[in-house]
Amino acid sequence: MAEIFELGIADIRSGVASGDFTAKEVAETFIGRVSAAKALNAVLVETPDHALAAAEATDKAKAAGETLGKMAGVPIGMKDLFCTEGVATTAGSLILEGFTPQYESTVSSNLFKAGAGMLGKLNMDQFAMGSSNETSAFGNVISPWRRNDGGNTDMAPGGSSGGSAAVVSGRICPAATGTDTGGSIRQPAAFVGITGFKPTYGRCSRWGTIAFASSLDQAGPMAHDVRDCAIMLEAMAGFDPKDSTSLELPVPEWEAGLKSDLAGKRIGIPKEYRVDNMPPEIDALWQQGIEWLKDAGAKIVEVSLPHTKYALPAYYIIAPAEASSNLARYDGVRYGMRDLPDGAGLQDMYAATREAGFGPEVKRRIMIGTYVLSAGYYDAYYTQAQKVRTLISQDFDKAWESCDLLLTPTAPSAAFGLGEKSDDPLAMYLNDVFTVPSSLAGLPAISVPAGLDGQGLPLGLQIIGKALDEQSVFNAGLALEERAGFVAKPEQWW
Amino acid sequence: MSVDKETVKKIANLSRIAVTEAEADALVPELNNILGWVEQLSEVDCSKVEPMTAVIPNKLRLRDDVVTDGNIRDKVIANAPAAEHGFFGVPKVIE
Repeated sequence: MAEIFELGIADIRSGVASGDFTAKEVAETFIGRVSAAKALNAVLVETPDHALAAAEATDKAKAAGETLGKMAGVPIGMKDLFCTEGVATTAGSLILEGFTPQYESTVSSNLFKAGAGMLGKLNMDQFAMGSSNETSAFGNVISPWRRNDGGNTDMAPGGSSGGSAAVVSGRICPAATGTDTGGSIRQPAAFVGITGFKPTYGRCSRWGTIAFASSLDQAGPMAHDVRDCAIMLEAMAGFDPKDSTSLELPVPEWEAGLKSDLAGKRIGIPKEYRVDNMPPEIDALWQQGIEWLKDAGAKIVEVSLPHTKYALPAYYIIAPAEASSNLARYDGVRYGMRDLPDGAGLQDMYAATREAGFGPEVKRRIMIGTYVLSAGYYDAYYTQAQKVRTLISQDFDKAWESCDLLLTPTAPSAAFGLGEKSDDPLAMYLNDVFTVPSSLAGLPAISVPAGLDGQGLPLGLQIIGKALDEQSVFNAGLALEERAGFVAKPEQWW
Repeated sequence: MSVDKETVKKIANLSRIAVTEAEADALVPELNNILGWVEQLSEVDCSKVEPMTAVIPNKLRLRDDVVTDGNIRDKVIANAPAAEHGFFGVPKVIE
């Protein structure tokens, strides 16, 4: 039998329920894994007491013959964007150093109610702005993966949910929460060979999740496989009156509905996603994905999403504009750090606090956002970007006339070494070329690990679905997963 | 459209982020690179397109106009860097 630390959500849950091991044994195993993984810098705060308390509650409930929750006995990692009551929460930024939320985010609260415990708060790109986890104020997360060249180059785990990606792929936590604004669940999942799911905008409440770009931000699961993601999303999602954009809909039973037979499904291949300079290995994997889905019974059709090339520039107006508004709250008055130079007044205190507290990428985006929203430029930049966003969304609507799902690569490259792309913000932004369009349209999407490149690094395939049709996305993801048979894991060096 | 150093300083001031002269100099090309890149949106004909307001159709809910929480003053100020006597403390605002 596999060791406990190698198990995912479904196996842990059934092992606890059947008495193969106790929830406490599971929690202790992963607490040990977390404390032995400091070299990865993936965990900002360890919370062993939380994991143990949840495990004891599960063991007690089982002994009493009570019905166990969906996540009973499963300890998880929590991206540091979720406010956790009594546990320091920083969003990877100095400006929130010392902030201890007095309340629990809806997503983390839902997970805990389902029986999950928390192993720790996970490092991330500062305010979720980044694609490599190099913008955290608390240091880079180092991917468990290394190239197969015998060198020891530290690899980027992707971002912004880089800590989540690292702990799940390193089997340090069996699953973790992520958030996705333009690809921050899917791109890191692809970089480390795990499965990541972004639901339809509005499925998961944003209440208590530190805001980056409110019209785009969505929480989702990062886990070993499709089934684990379905289980975890069922626990995370649900209507929340405290979030005005939360969808007032029941949560479907996605796990029970899993089915990898795709007979009758039409899969669209968007021709605009064949970008210049795509590595041949990624193109080949995409072709392989097409064959796998055909084998599962699906029909393949070519579709066109003509405004795809405008998605990234529209995103880099809309997301910074929303960020500049959302991050106005960090003023050195109500929470977080304060920098009060001698003799400074209120305005000088704001400027000094924000200068000292925000990292360079965050400042850059706040300033871009402030500029595109300022008098005289608002229509030319912001309104135009929101119009282009409408066109991008309409592209998907038109595609759905001839297909049910889309298949694309998740990212235009495999993971890169830390520092290899950090000098050029624009080059970094291009990482999200395949994930941003579906974010702008609020659509559900999954990244499934599908192969290794010549350097021995994981590559992912993405399935995008219609709004609210998470089930079809999970099912096509499962069809890919069964055929890809991806079992590669990073060798433990840490 | 491109920004010069004076514009960068103005944006920084609107953003309430202090910048040194050297930082402002460095930000001019950085911001212009990004603005030059997003400029391509102007080539899209949007004359008959409405700007997006909600990505997934949803109705704005109203709730009864009643107090749903409160009496948590100490929690509200628990994280303030300089709370005094149950209030947020700030430097003197009116001379």
